[in-house]
Amino acid sequence: MCEALGRAVREVCGALDNDPTRMVDIVRGVQQKMGCVNEEAIDAIAHWTGAQRVEVASVVDFYSFFSREKQGKVVIRLCDDIIDRFSGFAAVREAFESELGITLGQTTPDGLITLDRTPCIGMCDQAPAALINDVPVTHLSTDKARRIVRELRTHGDPKKLVKRVGDGNNAHPLIHSMVENNVRLEGPVIFTPERRGEAITKALAMTPAEVIRAIKTSRLRGRGGAGFPVGMKWEFARAARGERKLIFCNADEGEPGTFKDRVILTERADRVFAGMTIAAYAVGAREGIMYLRGEYAYLLAFLEAVLERRRKDGLLGHNIMGRHGFDFDVRIQLGAGSYVCGEETSLLSSCEGRPGEPKTRPPFPVQKGYLGCPSVVNNVETLACVTKILEEGAASFAAYGTQASSGTKLLSISGDCMRPGIYEVPMGIALREVLDLCGADEPSAVQIGGPSGRMVVAPDDFDRTICFDDLATGGAVMVFGPERDLLDVVAAFMDFFVEESCGYCTPCRVGNVLLRERLEVIRQGRGEPSDLKYLEELGAMIKATSRCGLGQMSPNPITTTLKSFRSIYEARVSPGAHGFRRSFDLEEAVAQAERIAGHESVHRQEVTHE
Amino acid sequence: MSKPKVATCSLAGCFGCHMSLLDIDERILELVDLIEFHKTPLTDIKRFTARCAVGLVEGGCANEENVEVLRTFRRHCDVLISLGDCATMGGIPALRNFVPLEDCLREAYLAGPSVYNPGGDVPNDIELPLLLDKVRPCHEVVKIDYFLPGCPPSADTIWAALKALLSGEPVELPYQLIKYD
Repeated sequence: MCEALGRAVREVCGALDNDPTRMVDIVRGVQQKMGCVNEEAIDAIAHWTGAQRVEVASVVDFYSFFSREKQGKVVIRLCDDIIDRFSGFAAVREAFESELGITLGQTTPDGLITLDRTPCIGMCDQAPAALINDVPVTHLSTDKARRIVRELRTHGDPKKLVKRVGDGNNAHPLIHSMVENNVRLEGPVIFTPERRGEAITKALAMTPAEVIRAIKTSRLRGRGGAGFPVGMKWEFARAARGERKLIFCNADEGEPGTFKDRVILTERADRVFAGMTIAAYAVGAREGIMYLRGEYAYLLAFLEAVLERRRKDGLLGHNIMGRHGFDFDVRIQLGAGSYVCGEETSLLSSCEGRPGEPKTRPPFPVQKGYLGCPSVVNNVETLACVTKILEEGAASFAAYGTQASSGTKLLSISGDCMRPGIYEVPMGIALREVLDLCGADEPSAVQIGGPSGRMVVAPDDFDRTICFDDLATGGAVMVFGPERDLLDVVAAFMDFFVEESCGYCTPCRVGNVLLRERLEVIRQGRGEPSDLKYLEELGAMIKATSRCGLGQMSPNPITTTLKSFRSIYEARVSPGAHGFRRSFDLEEAVAQAERIAGHESVHRQEVTHE
Repeated sequence: MSKPKVATCSLAGCFGCHMSLLDIDERILELVDLIEFHKTPLTDIKRFTARCAVGLVEGGCANEENVEVLRTFRRHCDVLISLGDCATMGGIPALRNFVPLEDCLREAYLAGPSVYNPGGDVPNDIELPLLLDKVRPCHEVVKIDYFLPGCPPSADTIWAALKALLSGEPVELPYQLIKYD
């Protein structure tokens, strides 16, 4: 083994106590030092951590930010989601490719730069965007792309690409990023000014049971999309047997079109950590883990500094706020480019140092989660709401929104509108009003809740409301104008699910590929009416037989548009004559054989005209 | 009333499904009371001269002749059944779908370990049907009404399906007939 590699692996493993549950961090460390995690590195990691070789290899292969092949010193990951595609992704990609002299997925011969793509990096309001190592670059143009390449060739340091910093804390020296918050509407819950320690003080004045009762009274439901009642989740975890309990903050915001957590973490990180601390008090937990998506690694140093300040201020650590025996601390676990890790059981698998594969439920995480310990997993926004509830009381929180959906909701709005960005609106707001706020003049369709959500149609559905009973969403709102081909949108979403399926359940791994293939046939105008039925049946089967939310939601782009936009499908299908499949083209199918044989088919004519 | 006509063919298959059909043993007497075999290797009738109620298709489509036969069946049969795994999914022949066509031909006629071909010729007569780029299951080429899986489907499966179809009853295959482990 090469000496440098051996030393790098030993150092990385040693720094994390050779702990196999920190496998994701270990592999990341080796990847960063060596530019890849090759066979030798896998052997060495297995040696130092005592893990099986296959356990290490499965982590390397599962996460898209890790690779066995050597990558460039600088890795450019172009954000490839539908908003970026509609904002000039193809042109930007071509500019990068021609300037670098390589195509997507390749590395420059000098080993300096790798060009790749990745699903949504949470910058849809400033698309097209890319990640260059950890550094987000936004509002890309062909000129900017060429300039970036030329600069990288001279200094090789992505951080130096940031000329002008964004607003708010994006200008903080520890973030120093060109990302903009684009907060367009500040509401009364998430964006309240800082009142350090107040929420925790008020929580400590109550018993844990009273805190849980307050959360229940507020009727707070999970903000990640599923909407599970938070008080109930905490109560289950409190009642669960086990000495060791944990609070997780799910900051793996991967749903394309969602970027609200990025802004909360940039501007109101204290409110999130306060929420975790309150949850810890209520549940009886001493450890917390924030699972931060790898795409937001540029926030890591800043968030670590916030945690450190909170420890100094006595808001984390031993005897918090002077309360004897109330110990709680938080560590940040960085993800590595896997969407499914936003699913709570996959998130726990990832924190355990394994591939982010969902766990079978029951047992639920509140009973047996991380390493078998009762674990509460809450969304970033949910935890920020908790802090507000403790500050101002459950009743004042519940006064916002509706009976079944209390409080406010952060929306991440992108696409064809004048003012994309973050909006904090009361739950129950009509979609029409949201569209007015963001300046969507001519929306023909709106995707609510990202690819796994649903597409709603103009103008029939615009009086529907954003809440758990109607249009439930984790916050993504993508607006599509009349010039957009909605089947392009559906196709992009299916590409996403095919890429992000963890592969555990066959219906999800294979079924989504089949859905995408048949959709492609229809897009090419070679589909038949029976294909629509096929899509519906296959979609229903995938939903019924996949074990995690990703698989259960993955056919949604197709099934929801088949309901609300059936005409766009019907316009492109027609029955084949004589019961022949229109998708089969004999000429195309024998073209290769004709080339090899060196002559045309002499039979084709009778076949087609019989 | 004349008996309904049944046609059968084997495309890119091994005739195993036809052997399985013959495995219905003495029930074949009952079958010929119910139906009349039309174009099929069993009768050696080469061309359709009448409309058929049922077409049984064994094998998928590997070359242009397979496509021609299958399309002819689709035109002349009311109900078309994919018989067996090759017709339903491509089966063993479809394993070549992962290998470029040139490589397949090279392996078969030039480079394969058991090949004796001193002339080094790859068959290329103009009359030979050309291979498709990929082997396709029948339903990707024409509309298929029913699928009978199995390699081959057992005689009892074929018998149960045909009988139900010909008597106008719903096809109900008990679990034992369609489990394969």
